[in-house]
Amino acid sequence: MFHWLEKRPFFFAVAVFVTIAFAGLIEILPNFAQASRPTIGTAPYSTLELAGRHVYIKNSCNACHSQLIRPFKAETDRYGHYSLSGEYAYDRPFLWGSKRTGPDLMRVGNYRTTDWHENHMWDPAGVVPGSIMPAYKWTFTNIADVDTAYAEQITIKNAFNVPYNKPIPMKDGSTTTVALADSLSGAHASALEEAKVVAADMKNQNVKDAVANGQIPEIVALIAYMNSLK
Amino acid sequence: MENRPLEYDYTVAKMFMFSTIILGIVGMLVGVILAFQLAFPGLNLMLGEGLAEYTAFGRLRPLHTDAVIFGFTLSGIFATWYYVGQRVLKVSMAESGFLMFIGKLHFWLYLVGVAAVVVSLLLGITTSKEYAEFEWPIDIAIVIVWVLWGLGIFGLIGIRREQSLYISIWYYIATFLGVAMLYVFNNMEIPTYFASGGIGAWYHSVSMYSGTNDALVQWWYGHNAVAFVFTVPIVAMIYYFLPKESGQAVYSYKLSLLSFWGLMFVYLWAGGHHLLFSTVPDWLQTMGSVFSIVLILPSWGSAINMLLTMKGEWQQVASSPLIKFMILASTFYMFSTLEGPIQAIKSVNALAHFTDWIVGHVHDGVLGWVGFMIMASLFHMAPRVFKREIYSKSLMTTQFWIQTLGVVLYFTSMWIAGITQGMMWRAHDEFGNLAYSFIDTVTVLHPYYTIRAVGGLLYLVGFFMFAYNIYKTMSARRIEENELQTASPMAA
Ligand code: HEC
Repeated sequence: MFHWLEKRPFFFAVAVFVTIAFAGLIEILPNFAQASRPTIGTAPYSTLELAGRHVYIKNSCNACHSQLIRPFKAETDRYGHYSLSGEYAYDRPFLWGSKRTGPDLMRVGNYRTTDWHENHMWDPAGVVPGSIMPAYKWTFTNIADVDTAYAEQITIKNAFNVPYNKPIPMKDGSTTTVALADSLSGAHASALEEAKVVAADMKNQNVKDAVANGQIPEIVALIAYMNSLK
Repeated sequence: MENRPLEYDYTVAKMFMFSTIILGIVGMLVGVILAFQLAFPGLNLMLGEGLAEYTAFGRLRPLHTDAVIFGFTLSGIFATWYYVGQRVLKVSMAESGFLMFIGKLHFWLYLVGVAAVVVSLLLGITTSKEYAEFEWPIDIAIVIVWVLWGLGIFGLIGIRREQSLYISIWYYIATFLGVAMLYVFNNMEIPTYFASGGIGAWYHSVSMYSGTNDALVQWWYGHNAVAFVFTVPIVAMIYYFLPKESGQAVYSYKLSLLSFWGLMFVYLWAGGHHLLFSTVPDWLQTMGSVFSIVLILPSWGSAINMLLTMKGEWQQVASSPLIKFMILASTFYMFSTLEGPIQAIKSVNALAHFTDWIVGHVHDGVLGWVGFMIMASLFHMAPRVFKREIYSKSLMTTQFWIQTLGVVLYFTSMWIAGITQGMMWRAHDEFGNLAYSFIDTVTVLHPYYTIRAVGGLLYLVGFFMFAYNIYKTMSARRIEENELQTASPMAA
């Protein structure tokens, strides 16, 4: 049979394709519906948080940080409860990472605060002596791209039914809603409201001035995102 | 049929040889910079505060991986295809104006794609998925480039004179199909600009999959990108170039059959080993683990087939630096295809995952196996393509030893770094508290990061020697085609 195939490139190619495609079908498909259901208490990202997530991706923080806590005592001691599939339901893309040059950040919002992040992102080694993390000073001046974050929210709401403006069950039995503005200017306004809360805990005068003038530096969005990681 | 030997046309092969070397330098240079940044973080500012955004570790890291995978390695694959394809199918590109045109278009579009990738990654335009960082406009360009290559492959096969497809051709076909399938499915994404009625950045997109599903598809891709870029086509190369250079027939045809179909069947199942102890279902993790172990068989099958091809001719390893490169390449292939499955065992993975040991593993594969094999292929091609003898054998030998030392420093330091870090992360003191804060596990790595950076630097120096040797070959002593039956001619 193999001799026969070797003289017939078309059938050869088909045979190869079937052999390799097979595994993917069996492995990936059955799992799909299962894994995409959110856990109780998992809410989609707000506009500002999503803009911050884009800053995280833009700087490939995921090249050095994981967001996946494995079920070992050493990891749960260090980072908190191990990860559950449904907690990632609104993560597009996932940001598990593959290398922990720095610590896991899956629940960093539980133990780090806005002012800590502000100091740390400005000068990591100044806060944690010996740190090899780069400083991210430019995020204090670059302006976050709220437009694109809003565009993404609309896209995922329409395409994947992400529950913006809908009640989301929380762990204590209550519900919460993540609002999605119905216009771009509305999105800017609500992002700015959120940004003000973050900036109130910051001390960098340029950042405070920018927010007061209606602009959102990347660092503010990034911190909002990190605060949301719980 | 005419009597004189076919005149093969290497125009496109030469173009891709050129891009192999240039992109190799880019990818490895960025890699060395990254390595030094981890040892000396001040280098994140190497071009000053003003450009810090573009020289920081995170921005450069995807540029390094993508330049090596899709720049250096893919160029090497294309260069060897446009050389090997004609020769084993016994047909010249010059016989078809159409294929010639497609080949050149393939090269130029590829180059445009590369330029777009470099610019976009430096600007931070990325999807964040490893080795699939490109946004949708570049994805579309990549698909077009790939289709052009496919046209070239099947076009050439269509007009072949040799009816049976040689082993290398199997592997090139598999590369084409495998990457096509993986790439398309992993990059399913929706451009947000169009989906939102024209808001935000036009190039931005959002993944069709979320969370755990996204991870599953990504590592099915990520693992198999390794298979179909770093393994399958490199095996294609060694099956052609080692027998040619040594003048020995492939040891066993049966073994090559077995290894080929074995590899095709098994490889795709092993992706789950990137997701052990994650939130993907347990049975997938177990499959990933088990199939990774099984994968040793077809991998070693090819490698042993190659080593045994040298049976009775081992003196060639001593006398020819070109054979040295290939033999060490297949040795490193055996080495990393044993190391990988070990890391896929769950208890080992619990320690190794997220550490530098994984980085070490990738590099003994890519530096030792992929890099050596591509350079050896280009060394073998150069005299035939340029019709000149290789400029310097002694330079080649020196390069070989410098790079070998570089690889050894690289993986040994990363082993120690990875295992040290893994052990420190999990250590508890007598009261059951974590023994080390995270930063302790970072500072302890400094010496290993330094050694690794030096190892990488040595490899890069060797690569410059390679580039220089090939460059000088273009103006070395002329030779006749009939001098070129087996071993490549080299000046002392
Ligand atoms: C070169 C690798 C590297 C990159 C890139 C990197 N980090 Fe880090 N990060 C580290 C290291 C190492 C530490 C541990 C030392 C420290 O706290 O500074 C760390 C620590 C942190 C911490 C503290 C976590 C904790 O639990 O104490 C946060 C938060 C953080 N990084 C956020 C980021 C963000 C956001 C980015 C992207 C803008 C980023 N990092 C990019 C290496 C990196």
